Amino acid sequence: MRNKIFIIFGFILFIFCFIVFYKGLQKPNVYSPELNQKKSISSFVSLDFYSNEKVLSDDIFKKGNYYLVNIWSSWCVPCRTEHPFLTRLKNSKINLVGINYKDNINNAKAFLNELGNPYSKILSDKDGVISIELGAYGVPETFLINKEKVIIKKIIGPINNESYKEILNLIK
Amino acid sequence: MKKIISFLLVFFCFISNNLSASEKYSDLENKIFKNLRCLICQGQSIYDSQSDFSESMKIVVRKNLQEGMSEKEIYNSLKNKYGEWVLYDPQVNKGTYLLWILPLILFLLGGAIILRKLSILKK
Repeated sequence: MRNKIFIIFGFILFIFCFIVFYKGLQKPNVYSPELNQKKSISSFVSLDFYSNEKVLSDDIFKKGNYYLVNIWSSWCVPCRTEHPFLTRLKNSKINLVGINYKDNINNAKAFLNELGNPYSKILSDKDGVISIELGAYGVPETFLINKEKVIIKKIIGPINNESYKEILNLIK
Repeated sequence: MKKIISFLLVFFCFISNNLSASEKYSDLENKIFKNLRCLICQGQSIYDSQSDFSESMKIVVRKNLQEGMSEKEIYNSLKNKYGEWVLYDPQVNKGTYLLWILPLILFLLGGAIILRKLSILKK
């Protein structure tokens, strides 16, 4: 009798483990986060890209405007591919704020001279702390902030045609 | 004898070199780093990783500690930004209870099997 209980129990455990691991196999290994709760943009202090003066985030992000915060770097190859989309967005009713992530200032300036400067304001993030404060995963990354200073869209990786259209729809 | 001494010298050079790498941070900092997942290399903790974002996260943790935040507060603030996923020591909730209960079940089952074997042996 006890033997039977052990066999049945073992069998159930085996089935259970099988289901858990089988389900696990179907899940992707790379985690892609979802923005399930909309959060207000956190306050931070940073340096202006050109003047190197201290800038408060509350002085940049004001209620009543849409903002697109784009984390970029001259060493980041995908940043080049998304740049034409940023240039096109410059002409729409949105303020583009660039965050220059861990970059050499001369290289960054050369990047902007070559491809154009779509940003109305650029902040320097020399040690990467601001990007972490914003909850970024990598470079490039883009956040769309609505008129209530809430992050409503997060684009991980370069902006493509699809995300470009989505941004335009959201700011209509 | 000379060979042994030179071997020991080289050995201790390497050992001390290795130690100095982790001495850059305090014990508490290292403890926190080991519990935070690297955002780029997702199988590693930021303690093991030297990616740009891990280094930035280390700076954030150090800054938060200097501002007087406790270990738990730091975890909560990062959890708020990146979700439960960023912690290697997740709390018990709907999505993680299996993770916590399964080892306990396996431990009890193993114990039961051992006890049974022992009782058979005694007979």
